[in-house]
Amino acid sequence: MSTAKVDRRVAHSHHFDSMEQEHESGKQGVWLFMATEIMMFGGLFVGYFIYRMKYPEAWVEGGSLLSWKLGALNTLVLLFSSFTMAQAVTETMKGENKKALNLVMITTLCAFAFMVVKYFEYSGKIHHGLFPGLDIWDPSAVQNEGTRLFLLFYFLMTGLHGFHILVGVGLMFWLMKRLKNDEFSPKYYTAVEGVGLYWHIVDIIWIYLFPLMYLI
Amino acid sequence: MADTTVVDNHSSHSSGKDYLNESSGIWSWLTTIDHKRISVMYIYSIIGFFLIGGLFAILMRLELMTPEPLFMDGDTYNKAMTFHGSIMVFMVVVPGIPALLGNFLLPIMIGAKDVAFPKINLLSWYCLIFGAAVAILSLFFGGVDTGWTFYTPYSAKSAGAVSMVVLGAFIMGFSSILTGLNFIVTIHKLRAKGMTMMRLPLFVWSLYATAIIQVIATPVLGITLLLLTAERVFGVGIFDPNLGGDPVLFQHFFWFYSHPAVYIMIIPPMGIISEIISTFSQKTIFGYKAIAFSSLGISAISFLVWGHHMFVSGQSPVAATVFSVLTMLVGVPTAIKLFNWTATMYKGRVSFATPMLYALSFLSLFTIGGLTGLFLAAYAVDVHLHDTYFVVAHFHYVMLGGAIVGMIGGLFYWWPKITGKMYDEVLGRISALLVFVGFNVTFLPQFVMGSLGMPRRYHTYDGIYSAYHMTSTIGSWILTLGIFIAFYALYKAAKSGEKAPMNPWNGTTLEWTVPSPPPHENFDTVPTVTGRPYEYR
Ligand SMILES: [Cu+2]
Repeated sequence: MSTAKVDRRVAHSHHFDSMEQEHESGKQGVWLFMATEIMMFGGLFVGYFIYRMKYPEAWVEGGSLLSWKLGALNTLVLLFSSFTMAQAVTETMKGENKKALNLVMITTLCAFAFMVVKYFEYSGKIHHGLFPGLDIWDPSAVQNEGTRLFLLFYFLMTGLHGFHILVGVGLMFWLMKRLKNDEFSPKYYTAVEGVGLYWHIVDIIWIYLFPLMYLI
Repeated sequence: MADTTVVDNHSSHSSGKDYLNESSGIWSWLTTIDHKRISVMYIYSIIGFFLIGGLFAILMRLELMTPEPLFMDGDTYNKAMTFHGSIMVFMVVVPGIPALLGNFLLPIMIGAKDVAFPKINLLSWYCLIFGAAVAILSLFFGGVDTGWTFYTPYSAKSAGAVSMVVLGAFIMGFSSILTGLNFIVTIHKLRAKGMTMMRLPLFVWSLYATAIIQVIATPVLGITLLLLTAERVFGVGIFDPNLGGDPVLFQHFFWFYSHPAVYIMIIPPMGIISEIISTFSQKTIFGYKAIAFSSLGISAISFLVWGHHMFVSGQSPVAATVFSVLTMLVGVPTAIKLFNWTATMYKGRVSFATPMLYALSFLSLFTIGGLTGLFLAAYAVDVHLHDTYFVVAHFHYVMLGGAIVGMIGGLFYWWPKITGKMYDEVLGRISALLVFVGFNVTFLPQFVMGSLGMPRRYHTYDGIYSAYHMTSTIGSWILTLGIFIAFYALYKAAKSGEKAPMNPWNGTTLEWTVPSPPPHENFDTVPTVTGRPYEYR
């Protein structure tokens, strides 16, 4: 096949009819992918609630083992990063690739800050024998047997969420490279919009995780 | 040719290049983003998986020929059974028709040059291959003996390579999700001018209904397998009652995916049957809208019936009754399809070419499979039939007699388009006949012995069942012969068949308006659609 590389800022890929059609398709693809994310985390939330009903005291004890202050800090960090990401999309739509680049950079820094806080939280738990598996688990560290299950859900759900943050960071670096090369235009910004959407969903999942794990 | 109809399409392709010869070399295939080439790669790989899974089936049937152990011990039998199930479900029937025929036909049928995301399309092929490799390699790391359902708490504790197969299934899940996502966007956004939703070929409707299930249900399987792996790695009782977990929760999670998954397997062949029956009756499909919307109806109900797998798992009688009633509701859209297909044939100019023979075979086998499904849906009856060969027979009537027979029929129907060559009609008809006879000889006795109490998943049994088992084993040989002849006919056609015309069956959908095999971007001129398909006069 010998299609020359198209300049995506002004032209659509060869199997589409128009830039608008390509943009709409890309956006719908990201939305559908978000639906799968919600179904996946949804399964974990269902498991969380079922065992919460089964072991209410353990869930209370488990929540008290977590530092709500660190959780709240991370919530603020992510909320702020959602704001900067949304601004980055707006700026790209206006053709301001340089401004968008700075905003994406701030978003990435927020993601790093989030992971640093998470690192301290995790290592504290592991230090106290509160990691529910491998050889680290110390049964004497908790009163209820079910608390181990709570901690498993805590590590699985925040771990999977943290994995999504890291994937997000990878996507941000990809965006930054493309923004730096001035690859987007007011007519072509699907990638920025798609990553933005992804980032908001990851934040929303945290908005649910925070109260369920740390507060109630 | 009726007027589905392309206004401005050249009848002959000028350059002499088609998608098969526009570039060559293994690398041009492994890096292709042409949906037709990806489809061909799926055909080869899925037929390969099918042969591996089939080999285990044949070995099991051979072992079951006598009540005493013949050449396998219990452990080997359990592993063979698990491999047969996992390979056939996760590598053959689930990806099956959407990947190997849908990929080829969907863009052409709606008048598009490709799917919406060609690179993601290639990625889903690699996900399937990579996941399958991980799962199959587990054979060399002790194998797995849990059955394809990985029921806890056994699967959480059993030795062997459970984690590998589970990881493989997890990766293959992405293949399914990405294909579904790609198809939904393609159908929404890439239809040619004039191709309204109500003018879509019914095969496309079936792929659409399937894609919705793939996108919504598969992530739940992913998370279930992740939890199972976590339980194995960390030793925490998510599903193990001894450690405070709930094994029935695993079944809820598992069947929340795996029941809709059987519709991922059966809706696409239903779409194929709609195409074949209309074409070989040379008659407008009866009840186009009813068939299209019944596919969506089946997908919707499919999410509400998973509890029928757990009638004897200690689920509350109220829940079981509700699931029982909801399950029977699936019979309604399914019967709508069957009646419409029958009505399409009525007073049509029916010809019995190979694809039509497979379609008729599908109709009778699927009807038996569907009706026995109602027996199993009935709460009280299921308590007796649960975990017997009755279930095995029902499942195979739907999955092998339905999905695979439909798939082979579809392969014969579109083979001239895919390869540009005609197959040998005599060989094709013989294969259809042998598959039909062999299938019934294999699985009809299983209904009988199941209702008499023969439990599934045992490698030895009481002598009173030996006549049934012997018949069943002999049937499996006839079936195997039929399937080999079918694949041989396809192979021979691709190798040395006569050149196929553009429209050998007088079909009405868009793929019959392009050369066989189609050019690289499907259409020389983008078509404009002016009417519905199946408009025979
Ligand atoms: Cu089911």
